[in-house]
Amino acid sequence: MTDTEAAGAAGIEVPRADQEFSVKQRTQTQLILRRFVRHRAAMISLVVFLLIVLWAFIGPHLWHYSYGKFTPDNSQAPSWKHPFGTNASGYDAYAQVMRGTQTSLKIAILIALGSTLVGAVWGAIAGFYRGIVDAIMMRIADLVLTLPLLAIALVISSRSGGSWYWIAVVIAGLTWAYVSRVVRSTVLSLREKEFVEAARALGASDARIIFRHLLPNALGPIIVNATILVATGILTETALSFLSFGVQPPDTSLGLLVAQAQTAVDTRPWLFYIPGAFIIAIALTINFIGDGLRDAFDPRQQRVRQ
Amino acid sequence: MTTSQGVQAGSGSGAVLEVEDLTVEFPTEDGVVRAVRGVGYRLERGESLGIVGESGSGKSVTALAVMGLLPATARVRGSVRFEGTELLGLSDARLSDLRGSGIAMIFQDPMTSLNPVYTVGYQIAETLLRHNPGLGGRAARERSVDLLGTVGIPSPQRRVDSYPHELSGGMRQRVVIAIAMANDPDVIIADEPTTALDVTVQAQILDALETARSETGAALVLITHDLGVVAGHTDRVAVMYAGRIVETGSVEDIFYTPRMPYTLGLLGSLPRMDRDEERLTPITGSPPSLLHLPPGCPFAPRCPMRQDVCDHDEPPLRTTAHDGHLSACHFAERLVDTGAGEIFDAVGADAEALARFADTESEDSV
Amino acid sequence: MLAYTVRRILVSIPVLIASTFIVFLVVVNSGDPVANFATSRQPAPSKAAVAAFARHIHADQPAVERYWNWITGVLHGDFGPSVQSNLDIGHDLFTRFRVTVTLVAAAMLIALVLAVIFGVFSAIRQYSAADYSITFVGFLFLAMPVFWFAVLLKQAGIWLNEQTGSTFLGTIGEKSPYLEVDTWWNEFTDHMGHLILPTITLALVSFASWTRYTRAAMLEVLGSDYVRLARAKGIRRGRVMTRHALRTALIPLTTVTALDIASILGGAVVTETIFQWHGMGEMLVTAATTIDVYRLMAWLLLSAVVVIAFNLIADLLYAVLDPRIRYD
Repeated sequence: MTDTEAAGAAGIEVPRADQEFSVKQRTQTQLILRRFVRHRAAMISLVVFLLIVLWAFIGPHLWHYSYGKFTPDNSQAPSWKHPFGTNASGYDAYAQVMRGTQTSLKIAILIALGSTLVGAVWGAIAGFYRGIVDAIMMRIADLVLTLPLLAIALVISSRSGGSWYWIAVVIAGLTWAYVSRVVRSTVLSLREKEFVEAARALGASDARIIFRHLLPNALGPIIVNATILVATGILTETALSFLSFGVQPPDTSLGLLVAQAQTAVDTRPWLFYIPGAFIIAIALTINFIGDGLRDAFDPRQQRVRQ
Repeated sequence: MTTSQGVQAGSGSGAVLEVEDLTVEFPTEDGVVRAVRGVGYRLERGESLGIVGESGSGKSVTALAVMGLLPATARVRGSVRFEGTELLGLSDARLSDLRGSGIAMIFQDPMTSLNPVYTVGYQIAETLLRHNPGLGGRAARERSVDLLGTVGIPSPQRRVDSYPHELSGGMRQRVVIAIAMANDPDVIIADEPTTALDVTVQAQILDALETARSETGAALVLITHDLGVVAGHTDRVAVMYAGRIVETGSVEDIFYTPRMPYTLGLLGSLPRMDRDEERLTPITGSPPSLLHLPPGCPFAPRCPMRQDVCDHDEPPLRTTAHDGHLSACHFAERLVDTGAGEIFDAVGADAEALARFADTESEDSV
Repeated sequence: MLAYTVRRILVSIPVLIASTFIVFLVVVNSGDPVANFATSRQPAPSKAAVAAFARHIHADQPAVERYWNWITGVLHGDFGPSVQSNLDIGHDLFTRFRVTVTLVAAAMLIALVLAVIFGVFSAIRQYSAADYSITFVGFLFLAMPVFWFAVLLKQAGIWLNEQTGSTFLGTIGEKSPYLEVDTWWNEFTDHMGHLILPTITLALVSFASWTRYTRAAMLEVLGSDYVRLARAKGIRRGRVMTRHALRTALIPLTTVTALDIASILGGAVVTETIFQWHGMGEMLVTAATTIDVYRLMAWLLLSAVVVIAFNLIADLLYAVLDPRIRYD
């Protein structure tokens, strides 16, 4: 920072080269973990999010109603028998919300994974090779970025027939460009670092440098972006399903459940509020987790002046 | 008299700035950082004081505390008097009347010190008009051009309309100096004004600072880690370590008869041509964390003269044999006529540092 | 600057062509309007009628040829045939564009003004209760699905109308189908009343993300050396906040605002659907449902032009606001 020159002149310390790297590496990970654990909102969010995931994926196996079978009770308010009530046809809303959460989460997570994978590799290659490769690859990414996500997804997914992975693929096909931009700029600065120079001097191949040196070191921004994409994913999917261009009955998603309940807000409010609350809960916890991760990876804000 | 009452020069009542028992603490997540722990100094009219120390020794925080520019979370105690007026606890409005006109400050990095979206002329005129509302835009501009000329900017008539990014680092620092001297302040605090600049430009900036001083008659607090800078440009020196002043005296006292192992170490790590030492003697280790400061002398872990008493008692700042020369070491007397090479291990001198010293030496007149 | 603007516009033409061509291929392959026509009509149309329909909407031509005919047609003001008979796509597009522009402009303006106010306040009072509340509300809005909030707001509007016995807050359409007293003032208030709820809906997400952005930008500038120097010059806190901090912090916000236009258009689709506006949102949804290729293309072309134009405006504005950027 300020007096590095003086500090260097006054206290020359020769680090032992063999130990230094691994020790530093471990403390770095520990530091990030510690900073994340300290972020209270992020920690609470992580717990809540994991509970929702467990509930959505294990719950259906334990619950005595299925999302696809209607019960003799219709239009019932929440009770012990039907914790989230039932709809006009007698479907158990608890089972439906569980199923809807599961579908929406599956889609959102697939979007995050898919677009992160494609975007990270795309951005890393563009940033690593620079020049004409970079220019072409980034122009393509820019092109994708000018497309209005919801509109294009709406057009393409009208052909999807409501299958959840197709919806995920369509949305991921439009969001990877964000990731590629972030990763590219990170890689552009990383490739000038000494450890890349060193790897090159040792004769490492381009692929090895990209996958073993550059991408792992860009992990911070990649992970932060992936979490944000889960939130973007779930909000886009539910919007699509709400407009009836996403998940189709008999399967269901949180967006579809809200759409089906929108005319019944006054008469059967539980059908409207509960799936909406789940969307908010998932997107909110994800955003807080992302925020905590960002702080943990980039603690610039806690910098104390000399 | 408190032990923190550091730099004392004579008995005259013409002090423009008196800092007494100043402490600054920052509460953080990990605990309280005690950045400044009882610093005091007294600056006579027109006098110049060098404050030397490593990064984290609290010298910049002290300066910001004097200016009242620390973040709101900082806990500041003690006393800062400017021409007899107590500044700590003064309202921000009252303080801002004083900033720039009574006390001006120059910061370390000229590349970031100026607002990128305004011309340098605007930024000088802004401070002029702030403290002389009756001046008028045209007169402020003329004065800005004059000031730019005074600090050595070529064709100031043209440069006044330049944006900061159109100027080099050295030129920008001259602009910052022009801003500092604009309202004839009584005190200029320069916080590492040359650190961020090329070696070749450093001497020119120090000259510009000298010009500013002689034009305004201001007293100067020059904060630096470079003893060479202090030697040529200040009357007295205070050495800071771990938030305290550990030794203070005239430039001669500090350079020729240091009474604190840390000062000795700093001198030993500086290549000098006026002594017969062939080897540089660095201080090993690094400064202590101000978060969990152990009892005893904070320099003890790095000190080659450490004894058991150093681990228990933090030595107060005491007058040595010389009047006005104070040191905070249990064994100050033993250091009489001791060279750094005798107590610190030597390593080879590096040529670059020697060259740099030769550079500063040529203009230093101590 | 003028030369730069012209050059940028020229460069955007190939971008526009490439973008629309890709989109065209996607749209053409996203469904089969001819099969749709053959199966969904009662009574089932004859083979000849189906063939005539396919010819009418150019479905019998290869995709590249269709694209070429379309894009040259657009240059002459012909946006191609719709699957709906007697629908002039060009006229339809611009009528609806005017409806949507009102909504988008109002929402962006409100979101921007409120975001700057709350973002700056949050930054100045960092770590205060107000800052935490604003941050939490921001997070909440970012997590709120637009369609869910819109339905909620619509219900609230209906309830409020019932309580006050007025019909000021319009919840259906962009204006009343007819007005009893047809003065300009009545027309104006009617439009305003219909605008309020959709504007709040659409402004919500942008407001949240721009507030967070403003706060972060403001915090960065407030910690900068030049703000510290301005304070050291004796400039009072209020002036430092506006002249030095806000002035510089707002520069990157222009870019962020412009880049968000695509997602705002997406939000407008959802908002218009719920409040049953006859804007571009309804056009997109109808066109996608009926696999109306040229109507979809008209929509996507206009949105691409808007996005590219906003990017250009942002870049030019950046140059005006930041003297470090010069385009020659």
